Amino acid sequence: MSVRRLAAEQPADFAFTPENLEWAQGQIAKYPEGRQASAVIALLWKAQEQHGGWLPEPAIRATADLLGMAYIRVLEVATFYTMFNLEPVGRHFIQLCGTTPCLLRGADKLREVCERVIGHEKEVSADGQLSWLEVECLGSCSNAPMVQVNFDYFEDLTPESFEKLLEDLRANRPVKPGPQVDRSCSAPVGGPTTLTDPSLYDGSVVGSWKTRFSGAAAGPAANEAAKPKTSSPGEKEASAGVSQKPAKDKVKGASVREDTADITPTPPGGAKGLTAAPKVDLDSPHRPKGLTAPRESGKDDLKVISGIGPKNEGILNELGIFHFDQIAAWTPEQVEWVDGYLNFKGRISREDWIGQARSLAAKKGS
Amino acid sequence: MLHDRDRIFTNLYGLHDSGLKAAMQRGAWDGTKFLLEQGRDWIINEMKASGLRGRGGAGFPTGLKWSFMPKESDGRPHYLVVNADESEPGTAKDREIMRNDPQLLIEGCLIASFAMNAHAAYIYIRGEYVREKERLQAAVDEAYAANLIGKNNVHGWPFDLYVHHGAGAYICGEETALIESMEGKKGMPRLKPPFPANMGLYGAPTTVNNVESIAVAPTILRRGGAWFAGIGKPNNTGTKLFTISGHVERPCNVEEAMGISFRELVERHCGGIRGGWDNLLAMIPGGSSVPLLPAEQCQDLSMDFDTLRDLKSGLGTAAVIVMDKSTDVVQAITRIAHFYKHESCGQCTPCREGTGWMWRVLTRMSRGEAQKKEIDLLLDVSHQIEGHTICALGDAAAWPVQGLIRHFRHEIERRIDQYSANARSEPVPVPAAAE
Repeated sequence: MSVRRLAAEQPADFAFTPENLEWAQGQIAKYPEGRQASAVIALLWKAQEQHGGWLPEPAIRATADLLGMAYIRVLEVATFYTMFNLEPVGRHFIQLCGTTPCLLRGADKLREVCERVIGHEKEVSADGQLSWLEVECLGSCSNAPMVQVNFDYFEDLTPESFEKLLEDLRANRPVKPGPQVDRSCSAPVGGPTTLTDPSLYDGSVVGSWKTRFSGAAAGPAANEAAKPKTSSPGEKEASAGVSQKPAKDKVKGASVREDTADITPTPPGGAKGLTAAPKVDLDSPHRPKGLTAPRESGKDDLKVISGIGPKNEGILNELGIFHFDQIAAWTPEQVEWVDGYLNFKGRISREDWIGQARSLAAKKGS
Repeated sequence: MLHDRDRIFTNLYGLHDSGLKAAMQRGAWDGTKFLLEQGRDWIINEMKASGLRGRGGAGFPTGLKWSFMPKESDGRPHYLVVNADESEPGTAKDREIMRNDPQLLIEGCLIASFAMNAHAAYIYIRGEYVREKERLQAAVDEAYAANLIGKNNVHGWPFDLYVHHGAGAYICGEETALIESMEGKKGMPRLKPPFPANMGLYGAPTTVNNVESIAVAPTILRRGGAWFAGIGKPNNTGTKLFTISGHVERPCNVEEAMGISFRELVERHCGGIRGGWDNLLAMIPGGSSVPLLPAEQCQDLSMDFDTLRDLKSGLGTAAVIVMDKSTDVVQAITRIAHFYKHESCGQCTPCREGTGWMWRVLTRMSRGEAQKKEIDLLLDVSHQIEGHTICALGDAAAWPVQGLIRHFRHEIERRIDQYSANARSEPVPVPAAAE
């Protein structure tokens, strides 16, 4: 933590300008009704900008009043976030990144320049133009060392180029933000080593991926071929289910009936798709009774129940469970049996499948 | 080597126009409606099949994270929050996405929100990125104007996207602290559970994802999870943005395949280590919070989550900080300790007090002004911070110190010896004997 206190000398009052008030309303509108406190950081930013780069105490109160927040809550925010300057700063406020990646490339030399040209840290130079502060990582590490001056980054500095930058700022000469050496953003000096293929930029990329889907429509086999060699059985099953999806959409109902009819006659002893054979008695009296096929109205989407994914839905379908009301009617013994079958260690009751299924069945019925 | 055609961020260096029209020519917003029509389960399954692991540092599978959101709304809205509070020292990748390829991020927000039943998303961008925020906001406005997002957009999924600006707190990169901050409070992490997927922003189900994880999603869905999974290594799939800083000839950002060797990464894209490979002292493979690795472990190192974890380090955000033999390694880690001292939110005592204590001890040690038994004491204290705090900042502060002691204990001891051998290098005033 760092110690942050309000400045000893404070202005008497503070009021947002009408333009800034209007802007503030736009910020508040970004958040749901009654959540206007979310705009507190944005408003404090604006107050700081309006007040010449630092945040006086009356501005904190004005912001609190505007948002209907307690003063202490806004004061907490203003003192917690280090970009709110609680004391006056120079017209050009220099934030020098001193964290390790910049330090390795000479931030300590830039620090010496600051001390020589501007003066002590946190003290505004006599002409009011410059002040500086060593801050923590500014997130421009491949362009180290760097400083932020007000809102702009100046990167790839040397003590010489930095000193010239400070002099230009002091004399209000125009300066160029960004890397101070010949490079674009964070590309390596001397030109990029990647992204040199011109076909990336001529528009030929657009639509080139669609062949994958015209192939997939032909059947699961095409999708199977595109799969990486390393996929586990679980993944395989998941994406096989996926590839059927477009087909299912086209011929609703019919194909679903076909799929399940294909599976249900198989005695669960041979449980397809289960990799590890469950150590559960399939002939147990506690096993829930299943249907051989979904009812006329078509099967319910069991995946709506939180805890059931495509894989578990498939297993339940194999057990002859197709509808919410079937799950809703499970007795505790049956829950225990299914839990054991799926090797879930109590997940069914933990996630309250029964309750979920009951309300879904009721919703469907109504 | 990764082919240019398999790179996702084709305007990484800002050499081309970042506007909507140019982005579409590069393949953004291509068939988004078609992708949404494939359905929620298809999207999540493709993301799972791609093997994408979260790019924010922890490496949690993104598809799995998405599947944790409730499938049906219980009346509360769902939110997607994109973590653009990029502040891990060494990391500067999300910045390039937001200023140069913002449309990929916006498209990813729409798709991820659709997959998670969310109609609103927020991008929390760090306070220092003022210009990046302006660029991103302009891109969002452009997408609204083209009706790609908004209440009645062409994709048929009502969706609003907002940019939220932070104000300079590293801790807000922690997902629950970020949520607190978005609600207008101090960014202090929350206890978990409840997890954000059940109770996040405004008490509603929320998923927080890193910028890179979201921005790669549209391309993964277009080209297929299998394509992404075919790049890199098993369990460490796909492409990744690497930020290389420190003592290399040409520091840069670059998108490469996961599992590329450290040597190839530096040789091919950065022109090698300053002063040659014999001059390499150590490197930090994944941002300041992972332990450093000495040169002898770095030569043919594979840059992926699992290999680095086995070396008791980590891939983190793939922010590679290289140090050559001119580096004062103790001072470099001391500076990192100062960073954590500065950024601790102050909520948990072990972190609030421990980070400052470690920094003060390390400052003395970097001058050699310590006793050798204090090295073990420091190690012990770091273990008492690690794992005893609400969020991972305590761990992140402890690991670099542990890494330093693990690999460079001899260097600390050498300094202590040197200091005690010259303990009186300055003339000591001896009080005149009273006669």
